[in-house]
Amino acid sequence: MRTKLVFVALLAFMVSPALSFGAGTVSGKITYTGTPAKQKPIDMSKEPSCAKQHTTPVTTETVVTGANNTLANVVVYISAGAPEESSAPAQAVTFTQKGCQYIPHVLAMHTGQELKVVNADQTSHNIHPLAKINREWNKSQPPGTPPLSEKFDKEEFVPVKCNVHPWMHGYFAVLKTSHYAISADNGTFSLPNLPPGKYTITAWQEDYGTQTQDVTISGSETKNVDFTFKAKPY
Amino acid sequence: MKSASKRLAANCALMLAMAVSCLAQEAHVGNLTGHATEGKKHYRRYCIGCHGPLGDGNGENAQWIDPKPRDFTAATFKCRSTPTGTLPTDQDLYNSVGRGFTNSNMPHWDALTDQNRIDLVAFIKTFSPRWQAEKAGDPIKVPAEPPVTMESITHGAELFQKMECWKCHGQQGRGDGPSAATLTDSKDNPIRPYNFAAGGDDSRFKCGVTNQDVYRIFMTGLDGTPMPSFADVIQPNDAWDLVHFLRTLQTNRHSRENEVLKAAGGKIPTKAPDANPPAQPENKGSGSGN
Repeated sequence: MRTKLVFVALLAFMVSPALSFGAGTVSGKITYTGTPAKQKPIDMSKEPSCAKQHTTPVTTETVVTGANNTLANVVVYISAGAPEESSAPAQAVTFTQKGCQYIPHVLAMHTGQELKVVNADQTSHNIHPLAKINREWNKSQPPGTPPLSEKFDKEEFVPVKCNVHPWMHGYFAVLKTSHYAISADNGTFSLPNLPPGKYTITAWQEDYGTQTQDVTISGSETKNVDFTFKAKPY
Repeated sequence: MKSASKRLAANCALMLAMAVSCLAQEAHVGNLTGHATEGKKHYRRYCIGCHGPLGDGNGENAQWIDPKPRDFTAATFKCRSTPTGTLPTDQDLYNSVGRGFTNSNMPHWDALTDQNRIDLVAFIKTFSPRWQAEKAGDPIKVPAEPPVTMESITHGAELFQKMECWKCHGQQGRGDGPSAATLTDSKDNPIRPYNFAAGGDDSRFKCGVTNQDVYRIFMTGLDGTPMPSFADVIQPNDAWDLVHFLRTLQTNRHSRENEVLKAAGGKIPTKAPDANPPAQPENKGSGSGN
């Protein structure tokens, strides 16, 4: 029985080397040098229903750092070398407005993938993606209304804002690939399931811009790719 | 080498085709057909000073103007009959050219002939490739207006609260709500919410003067500005109630709405606070006795 299983596994490995078997991983850490600008405190007193949801002071999230100079909320993705993807993932991604903040602050999605926008607050928000390549739209979402369903057709980093609550800022990272990751609080990221090949990895931070590195994956190896951004003091 | 020259030839053919299709851009309203080649001549005479030779709103007068002239290269327009994020119809653009924009430097171009204006619309559509790739959105349907009644106005006033229109427009519609001072348009220029109370019988909205226009403004949203679309969250009948209430904010303007309101004593009844607790249903039955 066991030999049979091993045989089947071996067969699968040989038949589909480009699938999960024998696939490589790119992982690494995002850090910064220098001193990042101090995040500004957010005064939500004009919106008491949101202010009371926060027990600790809320700040802007333009640059989110962790211990040992790590950077969170950096979008890392395969910008070249990945095979063309014919369709977007069927699963929707969700963007939640809670406590007059965007959760997550940076949301990555595939072109054409369904985006659900949820208002979990007791106040009206307007969702206003300031798209330049995609279409700019602006919709009101009063409390208790069902999630909005939208999608973006073209690759773009779209700033999102709520005009009613001017401190609310976020980003949609619309990508042509499903090989993407957002760096965690400790700055780490991982791009698994990469078939052998030569790739360009791009890292994007909303204030610091983009960086790229080339990497070659041969077989089921894990390549380490780190990015270091130069912090802007202002 | 051969393939490079072939590619060059292909690119040239593509560019030529695009240039030709740009110049062949048309616009249609009723029996009128506008031609971009004709519109270009009028544009250079009447529009270029503000909207600029590239149509990006950076004409030589633009630095003196607030609000800024429209950037046609973005193909984002305030006054549409179509849903937010979609292109306006030719009729929408044609109406805008003829109507002008109140509280701005854009005059109403009724000195131009109908043919001049539709030619201009065709030319404006050459500034963005979106006009080649996309069709105009499907216009939002405006159902027949129900009669103006005190019930309708009262319900509209409730919607004004529920939708939080007052956050920007203020409780009296004077454009002085708590968020008003922070508003910027999509190009980060400061922008003011509409002041309903300003002006008298001559007061106009940015996108028209009729009740249908008011209905359309909040259902489509004014793209490129903080004014969002409410099409997904306001039902058609409710929308008419909101229109009737908004008219009463124009206190110095003679209207059916203001007559009905005056006949009812001039005050919109507000529900007793007990009947409408301020949105904390989860506190009910908690037994705290608060």
